[in-house]
Amino acid sequence: MTQPYMFEKPLGLRDLLPPAQRATAQLEDLFHNELNRWGYDFLRTPALEFAETIGRASAIEDGQLFKFFDAEGHPVVLRPDMTTPIARIAASSLRGQPLPLRLAYTANLYRSQKREGGHPSEFEQTGAELIGDGTPYADVEVISLMISLLEKTGLESIRVAVGHVGFVNAFFYDMVKDKETVRRLRHLLYNKNDVGFREYVASLNLSEAAAGKLNRFVDSRRLDNAATLDYLKTLTSGAAMPVHSYYQNILELLDLLKIDRLDGKIDLDITLVPHLSYYTGFVFQGFGGGLGFPVASGGRYDDLLAQFNRPCPATGFGIRLDRLMSAVKTDDRKAGLRKGPRKLAVIYDHEHAEEALRFANQVRDAGKTVVLQHSGGIDDPDAFAGQFTTIRRFLTQERTETGE
Amino acid sequence: MKDSLITVAMPKGRIFGDACRLLRKAGFALPETFETTRKLIFDLEDEPFRFILAKPVDVPTYVEYGAVDIGIAGKDVLLESGRDVYEVVDLGISKCHMAVAGLPGHRGVHPFLKIATKYPHIASDYYRKRGEQVELIALNGSIELAPIVGLADAIVDIVSTGRTLKDNGLVEYDRLMDISSRLIVNPVSYRMKKQAIDRIIEKIIGITEGTKIGMD
Repeated sequence: MTQPYMFEKPLGLRDLLPPAQRATAQLEDLFHNELNRWGYDFLRTPALEFAETIGRASAIEDGQLFKFFDAEGHPVVLRPDMTTPIARIAASSLRGQPLPLRLAYTANLYRSQKREGGHPSEFEQTGAELIGDGTPYADVEVISLMISLLEKTGLESIRVAVGHVGFVNAFFYDMVKDKETVRRLRHLLYNKNDVGFREYVASLNLSEAAAGKLNRFVDSRRLDNAATLDYLKTLTSGAAMPVHSYYQNILELLDLLKIDRLDGKIDLDITLVPHLSYYTGFVFQGFGGGLGFPVASGGRYDDLLAQFNRPCPATGFGIRLDRLMSAVKTDDRKAGLRKGPRKLAVIYDHEHAEEALRFANQVRDAGKTVVLQHSGGIDDPDAFAGQFTTIRRFLTQERTETGE
Repeated sequence: MKDSLITVAMPKGRIFGDACRLLRKAGFALPETFETTRKLIFDLEDEPFRFILAKPVDVPTYVEYGAVDIGIAGKDVLLESGRDVYEVVDLGISKCHMAVAGLPGHRGVHPFLKIATKYPHIASDYYRKRGEQVELIALNGSIELAPIVGLADAIVDIVSTGRTLKDNGLVEYDRLMDISSRLIVNPVSYRMKKQAIDRIIEKIIGITEGTKIGMD
């Protein structure tokens, strides 16, 4: 690459200037409080992890990892997700703690991209992981929690698409009896390539009945929840055992969501297959605010902890703060955040330093924002004064208050 | 109100006429002036539809970012751009195929095969799968010139009738894949405006099923 200009940053990285940072911090606080109320404990992990452990287990494409060597020559990565580091902790430092564990985080994640704007390489995510509970009640809890967090932000028209990759895998295997073919079918679903899916099915030499069943599977995305459930039921007849139990799980989940009165926000879509390959059961994505990308996603990952030698079921989600920021509607609250808090300026000189400091601290103790500024450090007095609604001067020549 | 409005990106150029005919057949009341207008945005009078007229290679971009809900795009453009959109229906219109072509009798004699193309990803993918390393030269149009003037040994491009190749004395070496236009949908629009979009998909499937020709 050519020599960078002084103002440039590496590709896909962003600055958060004070107005955006204020809005982000407010979201962080909101999420922090709500997650605490649900009994989730926050933790932090390092930004760097070993490539052989977290890098591999995170299931992020190699090309998307920021990968380099530490001082000892070990390949390390900037963490591309938080679920994997939390799985590492749950399996090691928190090994002695009774299950289920409820853990939460707010962290910056790193995924390299070579494409263009709108896909930052570093983004902030808040998430929760419920580890050690394999029942659909745990799935309902994390979905409800995710919706609750999104609602707290004022995000409009929230919808959550819910699928089940375990069901997809079991059903496909029943149809084609070959793991590699299942992987390719699932990959076409992940690529959202319905046309390619049908073409691949046609190329497989399946019985007409099996091919028809696979094609109808893709079409089922167009069914509403009740019709999807009816359709899934037809798939269970004559199917192998896992398909049956996954179907029961799906029924239970929808019933439980009904109790929480969340079923109106749920779009049951069995064709939903996310990119992270560690998911094993329910998967979901949250949308809202008219944004063209999902603001949140998650799912069940029952095999991930086994990679860290503590096999146990787990489920969780992450909310992308960068996307949420552009999805939440600009209202008066946000306009207020753009301007920031009302600030009082106290301008003083050497003779009045103690007096000014005492005054500023009194106002600060009262919960107000005060900027304490020596007059000698001001370059342009009018421009400086223009930033404040109220100015208090502690100066030898004048001692006045301007503004309201 | 805004939620019920469906926005559609239409590709200008080669596919445009076919796409308009198809949409009219599916029951959209596109105005007579649709094909001749210079306007880039067009609202239907009686139905909540807004059409934007974009360069074909840009259609998947508008759809991926959610700037529009759905679009019509060639499979060539979709493969090249690799955008994250639902490819829901093969419209079976504007059919052609992707091919390798060049001068008769001249098939890569030296170790560095130079390939000129508008589709560097598709071309690179094709040669990598064959286990060949080639040098790609990206061009934007009139690709057929490249082998004639000695810029490249061969080209990777779409061929519809084969007339342009023939008129310029080129022959097809290999056929990569069949190409036709697809209906694509933004993944979030598909969730948020599901009923309206499903209705459109069903209408379009209804008319394409009759004309669909299987893979050859």
